[in-house]
Amino acid sequence: MKIHEYQAKEILKKFGVPVPKGRPVFSPDEAEAAAKALIAETDNEFVVVKAQIHAGGRGKGGGVKVVKGAAAARETAQKILGMNLVTHQTGPGGKLVKRLLIEQAVDIARELYLGLVVDRGVGQVVMMASSEGGVEIEEVAASHPEKILKEAVDPVVGLCAYQARNLAYGLGLHGGAAKNAAELFLQLYAAFVATDASLLEVNPLVVLTDGKVLALDAKVTFDDNALYRQKDLEALRDLDEEDPAETEAKRYDLSFIKLDGNIGCMVNGAGLAMATMDTIQHFGGVPANFLDVGGSATEERVTAAFKIITADPKVRGIFVNIFGGIMKCDTIAAGVIAAIKQVGLKVPLVVRLEGTNVDLGKKMLAESGLAVTTANDMADGAKRVVALAAGKA
Amino acid sequence: MSVLVGKNTKLIVQGITGSAGTFHAKQMREYGTTVVGGVTPGKGGLVHEGFAVFDTVAEAVKKTGANATVVYVPPPGAADAILEAAQAGIEVIVCITEGIPTLDMVKVKRALGAHPKSTLVGPNCPGVITPGSCKIGIMPGYIHKPGKVGVVSRSGTLTYEAAHQLTALGLGQSTCIGIGGDPVKGIDFIDCLALFERDAQTEAVLMIGEIGGTSEEEAARFVKTSMKKPVAAFIAGQTAPPGKRMGHAGAIISGGKGTAAEKIAALREAGIAIAATPAELGKTVASFVK
Repeated sequence: MKIHEYQAKEILKKFGVPVPKGRPVFSPDEAEAAAKALIAETDNEFVVVKAQIHAGGRGKGGGVKVVKGAAAARETAQKILGMNLVTHQTGPGGKLVKRLLIEQAVDIARELYLGLVVDRGVGQVVMMASSEGGVEIEEVAASHPEKILKEAVDPVVGLCAYQARNLAYGLGLHGGAAKNAAELFLQLYAAFVATDASLLEVNPLVVLTDGKVLALDAKVTFDDNALYRQKDLEALRDLDEEDPAETEAKRYDLSFIKLDGNIGCMVNGAGLAMATMDTIQHFGGVPANFLDVGGSATEERVTAAFKIITADPKVRGIFVNIFGGIMKCDTIAAGVIAAIKQVGLKVPLVVRLEGTNVDLGKKMLAESGLAVTTANDMADGAKRVVALAAGKA
Repeated sequence: MSVLVGKNTKLIVQGITGSAGTFHAKQMREYGTTVVGGVTPGKGGLVHEGFAVFDTVAEAVKKTGANATVVYVPPPGAADAILEAAQAGIEVIVCITEGIPTLDMVKVKRALGAHPKSTLVGPNCPGVITPGSCKIGIMPGYIHKPGKVGVVSRSGTLTYEAAHQLTALGLGQSTCIGIGGDPVKGIDFIDCLALFERDAQTEAVLMIGEIGGTSEEEAARFVKTSMKKPVAAFIAGQTAPPGKRMGHAGAIISGGKGTAAEKIAALREAGIAIAATPAELGKTVASFVK
């Protein structure tokens, strides 16, 4: 689960991490009021207006502006709110800006990078730091891997003070700034673990002209598997940032991801679902979605899944690909038949069933009187649905 | 011969009184696995569906001589269940549970360092099966057949697809290992490849990977440097968009890394035959087996 920058900063603040003064706003009026208050509070006429969307690269896309005075903050807020912000992470469609962060401007001496991730290779949390702040860490990793400093954290003892110091000195910091940075690193690690984060990036982490160290930006992704024990985080979810079909799918415990093609897929198992998309593409089609109904789907869930697929107006054909293990083929057949009875079937449907109760499942589909094309195997099914969706069969 | 599990495996089921535990304990027994009992704290002393239930893994091991366990405990208690099994000296720990918090698995991995005799398979996996003698997990038994091909996979249903094809081709499987779809897990491709390389029954290996992480690239290097047996592979997720978690917690392309194209290139470079589609899993490995 992703959250906005201002929400991430509020969390970091609770763990003692210094962040610039700021507040979220939803309208030009609020922007002006927030800017006015900040200017009075900090005795600094400059404020930053930052678009809040769940994607990076906002500055380059025109979603971050430094302005002088509350009136200018209002004017800029008016321009950015409601704009469709396109960055390298949003895709060509961009994202609609509905929230802003109004923040105090600061005097930056150096920009650094700090990140925490779970390193799959070593199975540990790793803190990464780089002197190349403000640049995407992936770019640094590709061009100057030697500039990325890493400290792997033993989960039992946590991030040690010496490790935090290693990173601070490695970044070329001295004296008070090094001390401040090391303390901030320990606080970031504490925040990461306490919230079950899977990614925490501060880019840039800035050293101010007076030696203070601040998290100027913050990006946090939480581990979905841990949300059951992080109940407070649920309130931070911004449904505007999520695809409505994906939100609907979540209600039924379905793993669904919207894609750009025209062939809807319903599959059991994540690996098989990905492989089904690949096979469709191999035969010249483009999948409209990833959908894993799971290993223990009920008829109700299958029906919900089918409805979500057919609700996409771009879908020209549907491929149901099931290898029943625990999931029984007759359950799938019953769910599909029930869904078609409720919402109809306006596009060609190809079904491939294999595994537990396959004969019963096939018989139910045959006796339903519905226009279902059955496939012998996965490749056969993919070929058929691609041809049918293109109107060639 | 086979790897990890076989005729001498004595299995207990952790979470045996839950619905998944009950269903699969019966299925495994029916398949022929020696299921010697189960564990549910607070229900020790019960006999559940013919299985003796114990309060602790240590007690179950003492009374039954169990050397393997399968964990169906829900996510909040699953990491604890794995560690209890390791502490009790269980050699093969198979964790089926999906949805364990990643930081729990980070701790488990650290703690397992103190138990070198225990091997963890999973979590979030279908389990391990040596056809004809021992099935541990949730896979449908009947699609398997004793044979010559070792299968190792990050995906459940895609493993069934592979097993089904190998059975239809008459090749069968020595052992199928589902290593699971989580980012932090027990044994990985390399561990399984090493086991298959040493196993007399295995003549070739079929490896099924997916996007995310770098395990497949590491496996490619291992095959090149340390394996004589032929290996075929398939990588799922060639059409997956970056930044999206494709069902499995570990199946995500992040920062442009972990793409199928990179993995396929690394595998090809190591001389591994690649199945273009999952329909060709069996065929791709068939040419290697007499």
